[in-house]
Amino acid sequence: MPPTGIAIQAEALHKHFGKTQALCGLSISVAEGTILGLLGPNGAGKTTAVRILTTLLRPDSGQARVAGLDVVRDADRVRSLIGLAGQYAAVDEYLTGRENLEMFGRLYHLPAGEARRRADRLLEQFDLTEAAARPVKTYSGGMRRRLDLAASLVISPPVLFLDEPTTGLDPRGRLAMWDIIARLVASGTTVLLTTQYLDEADRLADQIAVVDHGKVIASGTADELKAQVGGERLELTVARGGDLDAALQAVSRYGTGEPKVDRALRHIVLPVTSGAQRLPDMVRDLDAAGVRLDDLALRHPTLDDVFLALTGHAAEAEDGEQPASRRGRRQREVA
Amino acid sequence: MSAHLETGAEQRPLRRGRLQWALADAWVLARRNLLHIPRVPELLVFSTIQPIMFVLLFRYVFGGAIRGTGTSYVNFLMAGIFVQTVAFGSVITGIGLAEDLQRGIVDRFRSLPMSHSAVLTGRTIADLVRNMFTVAVMLAVGLLVGFRPHGSVLGWIGAVGILLLISFSFSWIAAVVGLSVRSVEAAQSAGFIWLFPLTFASSAFVPTSTMPGWLQAFADHQPITLAVNAERALLLGLPVGSNGWQAVAWCAGILAVFVPLAVSLYRRVAARS
Repeated sequence: MPPTGIAIQAEALHKHFGKTQALCGLSISVAEGTILGLLGPNGAGKTTAVRILTTLLRPDSGQARVAGLDVVRDADRVRSLIGLAGQYAAVDEYLTGRENLEMFGRLYHLPAGEARRRADRLLEQFDLTEAAARPVKTYSGGMRRRLDLAASLVISPPVLFLDEPTTGLDPRGRLAMWDIIARLVASGTTVLLTTQYLDEADRLADQIAVVDHGKVIASGTADELKAQVGGERLELTVARGGDLDAALQAVSRYGTGEPKVDRALRHIVLPVTSGAQRLPDMVRDLDAAGVRLDDLALRHPTLDDVFLALTGHAAEAEDGEQPASRRGRRQREVA
Repeated sequence: MSAHLETGAEQRPLRRGRLQWALADAWVLARRNLLHIPRVPELLVFSTIQPIMFVLLFRYVFGGAIRGTGTSYVNFLMAGIFVQTVAFGSVITGIGLAEDLQRGIVDRFRSLPMSHSAVLTGRTIADLVRNMFTVAVMLAVGLLVGFRPHGSVLGWIGAVGILLLISFSFSWIAAVVGLSVRSVEAAQSAGFIWLFPLTFASSAFVPTSTMPGWLQAFADHQPITLAVNAERALLLGLPVGSNGWQAVAWCAGILAVFVPLAVSLYRRVAARS
């Protein structure tokens, strides 16, 4: 490790496939022992970035260093310091869980006995001991994913790359995976995590880099990113037949900015500060004005808001669609 | 699940030379592919049934009408069957590699500090073992339907050697096919399509002397004919002539071209972008 304490560094990475520009100057930096969440929709270039950083692809231009080593010139040494797990659960279907882990241990060049002991230990840690002697094709999705992650930890790599580790998992499987990842980082591993789930980045990542069209369009902590789209806000919906203007008048003095009013939906969004302390007053004033409400909420911006504000389209939209049609669909949903 | 995940550097990789690692890694992967055989028995069963059908078809349906073989037709036939069996069997190398690519396990292998060639050598070696098993079954079937070989011990050693060489070198061709097409279905079609003309426009099932001149010129110089002629002579105790070294030269040439080609494709291959 270099004394800088930077475990992963990419500078101005470019990569194209045919006419598709997958990366257009992507730069990231991950401090040792932290998680960077690479957040973006399908096709944003997240997987390409991971494939370059894990030596699977050469960049067209730009530089990347992992654990202080150049991923192109020192590819062999980089490979002995990293683990890679991903959405495709790259384990052998026909081998058992134990056979898989032992095989990967041998391929990381551990002695046979050590590979066996390590496999047993990982099976235990990932709650797979009972299934250890069964072929992987009998495993559930969550079990496969745990085995895949275990396989990337055979040598306890200081740097771990997780490419959409929870895509396709059920909620319970996701929570279990989050728990494992959080514990790995607590024990000192540096993690680069790609995800298209905003709550996942929010929950796990120390730093988030938002990627769209092959480059980082914003980065910071989850809170810093949320601050970019504004602070908390009061959202209320007036009941059918209720007095929207009276409601607006009642709460406007609490606002720190211009309220946004949607008359068709009888909806008001008002930027506020110290909302929790002032909420009782707001409710009293609304009540005094005789406004009947369908809904009242104090909302903090989510990463969904961040993504929408930064890119003009939602984060979890399907790959290959034009932004215009995405907006069209959103409008139809609203209407 | 235990509360703590250990990540200390307690795992100490061994230190060995490059070639030693290439062999050790290839052995680990050959073992992986051999373990697949009992886990997917259908594959072995079907890759054995097909050549048995060929034996029965040619022995009992076409054989009676084929003249000029110089010995009983079943004695003539079996060398062709053996060579065809290993040539067709080698296609599985490409199918298996394409499957590994599709499943993403090649990404994992390529992210490990292991030898680049091992995934390919491991698979070709495992397919060699599987092919030899199929050949043993074919020999038993041949003996049942009247095959009476009378080669010397040296002849048998040579005959097995020719089959090993054909199996191994054709596996590397299939590896290049599998790494190029990257899908199981395409690896299957593309793997077989060129083998049909090569095995049928050869001396595997009929003497080449009745073919038209232009075809005979091709048939007499291509590797399947040379390997079959050598195999046949060795099994039946006849003079091998120049067939033996020409077949070996073909295999050496195939390996010299396709091994480096396959390894370089493997290094650059990306199943998904």
